[in-house]
Amino acid sequence: MRRFSWFNATALTFGFAFLYLPMLILIIYSFNESRLVTVWAGFSTKWYGELWQNEAFLDAAWVTIKVAFWSSTLATVLGTMAAYIMVRAGRFRGRGLFSGMIYAPLVMPEVITGLSLLLFFIAIGLDRGVVTIVLAHTTFAMCYVSVVVTSRLVSFDQSLEEAALDLGCTPFDAFRSVTLPIILPAVISGWLLAFTLSLDDLVIASFTSGPSSTTLPIKIFSAVRLGVTPEINALSTIMILLVTLGVITASLISRRSALKAREDERKAMGG
Amino acid sequence: MRMAQPRPDAVFAPWDDPSETPLIQFKNVTKRFGDFTAIDDLTLDIYAREFFALLGPSGCGKTTLMRMLAGFETPTEGTILLDGVDIGPVPPNERPVNMMFQSYALFPHLTVWENIAFGLKRSDMPKDQIGDRVERMLKLTQLGKFAKRKPHQISGGQRQRVALARSLAKAPKLLLLDEPLGALDKKLRHETQFELMDIQESTGTTFVIVTHDQEEAMTVASRVAVMVDGNLAQVATPDQIYEAPTSAYVADFIGDVNLIEGAVEAGSTGTDVAIKWSATEEPIKATSDTPPPAASTVQFAIRPEKVAISSEKPDAANVMEGKILDIAYLGNISTYHVEVAPGLIVKAQATNTRRISRRNLTWEDHVYLSWTDTAGVVLTE
Repeated sequence: MRRFSWFNATALTFGFAFLYLPMLILIIYSFNESRLVTVWAGFSTKWYGELWQNEAFLDAAWVTIKVAFWSSTLATVLGTMAAYIMVRAGRFRGRGLFSGMIYAPLVMPEVITGLSLLLFFIAIGLDRGVVTIVLAHTTFAMCYVSVVVTSRLVSFDQSLEEAALDLGCTPFDAFRSVTLPIILPAVISGWLLAFTLSLDDLVIASFTSGPSSTTLPIKIFSAVRLGVTPEINALSTIMILLVTLGVITASLISRRSALKAREDERKAMGG
Repeated sequence: MRMAQPRPDAVFAPWDDPSETPLIQFKNVTKRFGDFTAIDDLTLDIYAREFFALLGPSGCGKTTLMRMLAGFETPTEGTILLDGVDIGPVPPNERPVNMMFQSYALFPHLTVWENIAFGLKRSDMPKDQIGDRVERMLKLTQLGKFAKRKPHQISGGQRQRVALARSLAKAPKLLLLDEPLGALDKKLRHETQFELMDIQESTGTTFVIVTHDQEEAMTVASRVAVMVDGNLAQVATPDQIYEAPTSAYVADFIGDVNLIEGAVEAGSTGTDVAIKWSATEEPIKATSDTPPPAASTVQFAIRPEKVAISSEKPDAANVMEGKILDIAYLGNISTYHVEVAPGLIVKAQATNTRRISRRNLTWEDHVYLSWTDTAGVVLTE
């Protein structure tokens, strides 16, 4: 069946090259000795060292991490709540519209999300800064969290919650002591996803950031307009690494828990 | 079907005692889901210490009835009283009722010990007594060795016992069991049925069990409610359900039965009823406490094991002649399908007291079926 064919091999090579060659070049040049980005002058890690000395980049990195942490945490709380309500509420009028509205920001152009948030913050008189970026990132990241958590909750046996109620739990206690521990892997992977999304967002952050709150992607974008430096290559390489790690961990956690759930089910059935 | 069990005390029959007050009273309870009526104006009393079975095909409303007792559903109309108190507005976590779920619903992230202690930790039981109580439940259900294991590390039968221990731990006034043995294989199910009865008697808890398995209901229950389409077809002890069904539906649902339709002949006296079922044959002689009027259409119901089969004409109140069409050999018994009139087949059951070579009835044989006048039931519905 799976015979080697020149056509498949070529298509695969081109596909991957298309996807990853630019990033590969960026990573390679981040280890370039020369200050000129396009001229190779031997291997060196000195730009990574330089990066540590650059106050502006370090500040931006710190802002980015703060924003990512708080927005992903808020998004996880809100997204989990939204997912829980949508799965548990059963059928009601306008359910389709409601769940559609939760997922709509996934496909909404970022420029529009950013612009509307900017107008909203101006309207309520909120000064732009870390807080506004956190709020903005929370709004779009919670959709992703709610997608991840929903897919776990639909396979969650509702009689577990009923059993908890039956044994004397209040609805909140039942959620805290039974539902949450069981769906925790999905919640964590939702958090990681939200964290990485916030790390690399440029468009929404640039609409909602203030003068004192530049995130790393904004910093890189503005620096590049003055010319690409090897430092930026080094910084971008670190970000690629972080995002890749985040996404891989998130998918590993959710896959492992899905496998475990299936395994437990099989054992439960087989006796 | 019920196995003989020594019962030292007097016959347990609170439902016959007018001075007893029921533990649970359903009063004209109706439950609708949208356009679908799951429970239709149902009235039912269940007494303390009863082992009460709700029996019926899927969709008959038995699970809805149980979920209303647990508090997961509220009646659309009518009231449910527990110990004289309307439990309609009481949420599930405040009811003195516990439930054993069909899927067991064991908490996968907790050990067997923690599962059993779960409800106790949320009760007003002092902390230092919880351990003792859990140990007692572990002992009662013979789970001591598995206390530290997680639910997925034990067998199906053990999980079933954990679920039972967990639901009994809080010593509820009422224990609900939703198809508790459905996931067990047949042999284990039989053993567990007797364990359940022992535990029910030793704890004195009132049990309400939902099942679609009639044999299980007959074995464990003090009384059985046969449900159909959201209402009660009959509520009675297992032997009454079996021997004196009040409708063809119940007779047919519980066990095997021959139903013969006919018209009541005029001139019956007292409790005697003669049923004309064929233009040429002798009418069936039967008895009924409430004889139906002459010429009314009735169903005569008789269990196959009450029909005797022989090759010579016996001397009995009712005798029919026929030809053996089929023999179902089940080991301990054989069921003979005998055609007594064109298109009318009567089943007769005989115990195989002899080894196979000595038995003399076989296919196509001309045989006589016979039974006494009190062996069957006359049904008007």
